[in-house]
Amino acid sequence: MKSPLPAMMRTRRSRSRYQSEIDRSQSPVWMTVIPIASVLLASMITSLPIIAAQPLLPPLGLMVFVAWRLMRPGIWPMWAGLPFGLFDDIFSGQPFGSGGLIWSLVMLGMELVDTYMIWRDHWQDWLIGAIIIALALLVGLWFVGLAYNAPGAVILLPQIILSVLLFPLVVRLCARLDSWRLAT
Amino acid sequence: MAPPSNRRPGYSRKAQYGLFATYVLAVAGALVAALLLVISIADPTGFSALRTAGSEVTAPISRFLGSIRRSFGDMGENMSAYFDAASKNDALNREVEANRQKLNDAAALKVENNRLRKLLGLVEQAEEIGVIARLVSTSASSSRRLATLSEGSNKGIVTGQPIRGPAGLVGRIISVGPTTASVLLVTDADNVVPVMRAADGLPAFATGLSNGTVSIRPINLGVNPFKKGDVIVTSGNGGLYPPNIPFALVLGKTDDGATARPFADPGRTPFVMTMPIYEPEVVAIEAASDEAEQAEE
Repeated sequence: MKSPLPAMMRTRRSRSRYQSEIDRSQSPVWMTVIPIASVLLASMITSLPIIAAQPLLPPLGLMVFVAWRLMRPGIWPMWAGLPFGLFDDIFSGQPFGSGGLIWSLVMLGMELVDTYMIWRDHWQDWLIGAIIIALALLVGLWFVGLAYNAPGAVILLPQIILSVLLFPLVVRLCARLDSWRLAT
Repeated sequence: MAPPSNRRPGYSRKAQYGLFATYVLAVAGALVAALLLVISIADPTGFSALRTAGSEVTAPISRFLGSIRRSFGDMGENMSAYFDAASKNDALNREVEANRQKLNDAAALKVENNRLRKLLGLVEQAEEIGVIARLVSTSASSSRRLATLSEGSNKGIVTGQPIRGPAGLVGRIISVGPTTASVLLVTDADNVVPVMRAADGLPAFATGLSNGTVSIRPINLGVNPFKKGDVIVTSGNGGLYPPNIPFALVLGKTDDGATARPFADPGRTPFVMTMPIYEPEVVAIEAASDEAEQAEE
């Protein structure tokens, strides 16, 4: 005997699903909180029990930050690099202030990019993200070298490659968060 | 898609000034960060309180997920293990045979040693057991090699204590929070460990290369007697690390020394133990002379 229950559940579930997607109203709180929280959480990812013998984990905080900034140029004021970067410094292990400076320079650099490259496609955004990440990692290593003994730059190569390959995924994640945030 | 231009907010003077102010703020923010960076370069421990607070806040998550350990470092090793499985198997079999004979010899020596000890009336001193803790996270995205320990000053851990795992030396404590502590791993380029070759006591020092290995350089430069397979142990010089802790296995010679892999891989060391500072007086004298040197400069 076939139970009518699965069919009932199916209709109910699908209706509620569409109800949740159509005619939603934007919540101003979510609109501001989601991008900020996503960057902060990505910065805190180093607290997960990932025991790496060499720098290998991509700088996810910076990647999410850059992804949002590329997608929505006016989402944060120009000075936003400082607070986000300093927060990242607490968890990254870099000398305090290195992230604050690098992320501030990233914000200023992207403003320049926006002036010269107005029409951009996905590939160009990926290239911009890749250059920013590679430069940020190299400059970060240089800052470490100023404060402590640091290894040569070759050590960053696997991390840079992994981060560049992972960047489109981060962009897609931010795009999903964006559509949730704006209820579109 | 062209990004919506927010650079010229119309003809409103107020809006234009507002935009200019954000530019000024952004540059000022960069300068503030640069200043903080200079401060933290001049005094590397200055902001450690902030970092300690950060790891204290996230420690519960780290501890909870600590039971599900993942080791990024294993990835490459596992992949390469497939390629030379057969030859490695042969080599290991031969090694097992050789080791079996050595074990028998060692057992005989142990019995003899015990008998001689009894004759002499020597009593072995029991080693003091330190705090047992877990490494819950590392600075996996930074080129510094720091790890967070799951215990802190609540268990009496103090800055400077050496940390060892079952296989060998792991690092030393550089900052302590209430329930967490920060460990500078031996693979960090800033960590210098006085070591010696186990076979003949040849003195050397080890510096991290930040990629999971360390470089070993003999104190007498000019000769490079290391060869692949040499066992390196701590020498106890400097007074911080106790002597004869297993440290690393030499992988190969370099121009001025050797590259070695530490026995204790933090990724596969679930539990570590703190040890007391070997000779606190020596460490204190050295720290005082360092400070005096800095004051002279």
